[in-house]
Amino acid sequence: MAQVNLRKVVKHYDETPAVRGIDLDIADKEFVVLVGPSGCGKTTTLRMIAGLEDITDGDILIGGDVVNDVPPKDRDIAMVFQNYALYPHMTVHENMSFGLRLKKVPKDEISRRVQAVAGILGIGELLERKPKQLSGGQRQRVAMGRAIVRNPKVFLFDEPLSNLDAKLRVHMRTEIKKVHQKVRTTTVYVTHDQVEAMTLADRVVVMNGGHIEQVGTPHELYHSPQTRFVAGFIGSPAMNLIPCGLEEAAGSLRLKMGNLAIPVPSDRAARYRGFAGRSGLICGLRPEHVFEDRRHLEPGQERFEAVPEVVEPMGNENLVYFPLDGVEVCARVDPDCGAQPGSSLKLVADLRHLHLIDDSTGRVL
Amino acid sequence: MRRGGLRRLARRKSTVAFLLTLPLIVLIAALVIYPAFYSIYLSMLNKTLERLVGLDNFRFLFTRDTFWMVVKQSCIFAITAVLFKALIGFCVAHFVHNVPAKGQRKWRGMLLIPWVIPPAMSTLGWFWLFDPSYSAFNWLFVRIGLPAVTWLGDPLWARFSVILVNVWYGAPFFLIMYLAALKSVPEQLYEAAAIDGANWWQKIWYVTLPMMRNIIAITVLFSLIVTFANFDIVRILTAGGPIDQTHVFATWAFLQGIEGGDLALGASVSLFMFPILAVAAIFILRDINRRGNEAS
Repeated sequence: MAQVNLRKVVKHYDETPAVRGIDLDIADKEFVVLVGPSGCGKTTTLRMIAGLEDITDGDILIGGDVVNDVPPKDRDIAMVFQNYALYPHMTVHENMSFGLRLKKVPKDEISRRVQAVAGILGIGELLERKPKQLSGGQRQRVAMGRAIVRNPKVFLFDEPLSNLDAKLRVHMRTEIKKVHQKVRTTTVYVTHDQVEAMTLADRVVVMNGGHIEQVGTPHELYHSPQTRFVAGFIGSPAMNLIPCGLEEAAGSLRLKMGNLAIPVPSDRAARYRGFAGRSGLICGLRPEHVFEDRRHLEPGQERFEAVPEVVEPMGNENLVYFPLDGVEVCARVDPDCGAQPGSSLKLVADLRHLHLIDDSTGRVL
Repeated sequence: MRRGGLRRLARRKSTVAFLLTLPLIVLIAALVIYPAFYSIYLSMLNKTLERLVGLDNFRFLFTRDTFWMVVKQSCIFAITAVLFKALIGFCVAHFVHNVPAKGQRKWRGMLLIPWVIPPAMSTLGWFWLFDPSYSAFNWLFVRIGLPAVTWLGDPLWARFSVILVNVWYGAPFFLIMYLAALKSVPEQLYEAAAIDGANWWQKIWYVTLPMMRNIIAITVLFSLIVTFANFDIVRILTAGGPIDQTHVFATWAFLQGIEGGDLALGASVSLFMFPILAVAAIFILRDINRRGNEAS
């Protein structure tokens, strides 16, 4: 068990920067997920921790020791690969015990450990099979078993669920969480799927363009994104990002979006007053904070009218898409509120959950 | 109604398939099957090809020391040459595989040269290199203070020389096959092995070799067949000499059948390769079948 620290880690491929100086501290036993779009540097970061990529600059520490020049085999890590990388000519047992056999662990101990881990993962029946005789989910478990059986300091997962179908992915996600609760090993997990990131992580690291955008608990990232990128990336459907302006009239602050002007809640007004009259602002509002009209509204909730272009029934709710100032806005409404494409609908914007973003810096104000 | 239609379709497809393969079938029948049966027939005739003598030709061969020497030399020649071709092909394939992509094509092209030059031509080149008086080899040997070697005149050196040339000629085939096989081993397996604690040698032993097993088996079998039946290199370099020490089946069959005028005996000699190769083929192919294709 160990903590992992990244100190100003840089990675260039020839002249192309992949990771641009990131700092990250991962505590012992913590489950950290690196998430971001393709090419954001998350997998490169993971591979640098594994020792599969050299680092161009900076330091990586595992358990307090700098491991920049330590080969993968001496880092005491285990990795689960995207396509599992099981040795096709070995049985499940041989796959799982390969690392231990290379370390010359006694045979009976290997057997004991493999059996124990196979028990945790429910693959005890499969030990004599070859990988090609296994389903995707079973292969995934074997790959995890191979990592767990070595009892490493750190687990590294490189998009381990992306080759599974949607249903199995949800199931294996829960399995991974269960295993981590049992084994409690420091884990770094890479995914491009923000739902995976939110559900699994103690802390999520959102990466973009080789930078870390924000590190925080899933709750923090969802409710207090610090940048426009995080605001737009986390959450499904994505947060509405609507160009807006702030205007001050008669002592009250109003958010202006197209021909819509909505008063800013008084508790936010002090924070935003300095930006009154400025253009180049973006109003970030999650779909669940735009909903159907209700009889009683709280302070900070304001009615407005919109004409939906598309209505998507989800069963428990309907997603309503309507244009506002040239941007498509999504609202989550009650399925029984009578939303119809093309006919006017009364909606409510809950500005208590507003995220005001400075478009020039991309920072949330 | 529908089933009948489907069946008709299947029938039509197989008819088309048969017609498309027919030219090849005819070609194989004319160039392989007919000569094969004809040589079996020939091997059972007497020297003047007038009378059936059954297995007398084979009985006669078994009593001759030269024949057994040819069997031995053919085995030594084929097995040693294939072994070295495979080994060198494997090592060089590793080297080329690790050359950066830019330079790889150049290396691949250059290393394939021995294989693409017509062997009769390149063997003539080697013949000059082995010349006892004027060759580059002996010139070099003398320059560095070693005694000159009668490459093709001494039985041991002559055997060495024909094997050397065969290895030089055949190794690129292994190189290209193994290079393709190496490229098909997923990089992640090596990464997984690196994390599992495998060193360079263990990666080869536990990942590369098992992943290439089938390709290795097939190339070895294929090369064994071709090398066993080799004619041109031995014929040009030594013509079987000195004192028949470098003869292999093909050259000795040629000597007996064409030069010696005993077609029946020549046919018997060449047929003798068949059971040896058949046994090797059965063993190797059975192994491949049993393992199947593990990489799904």
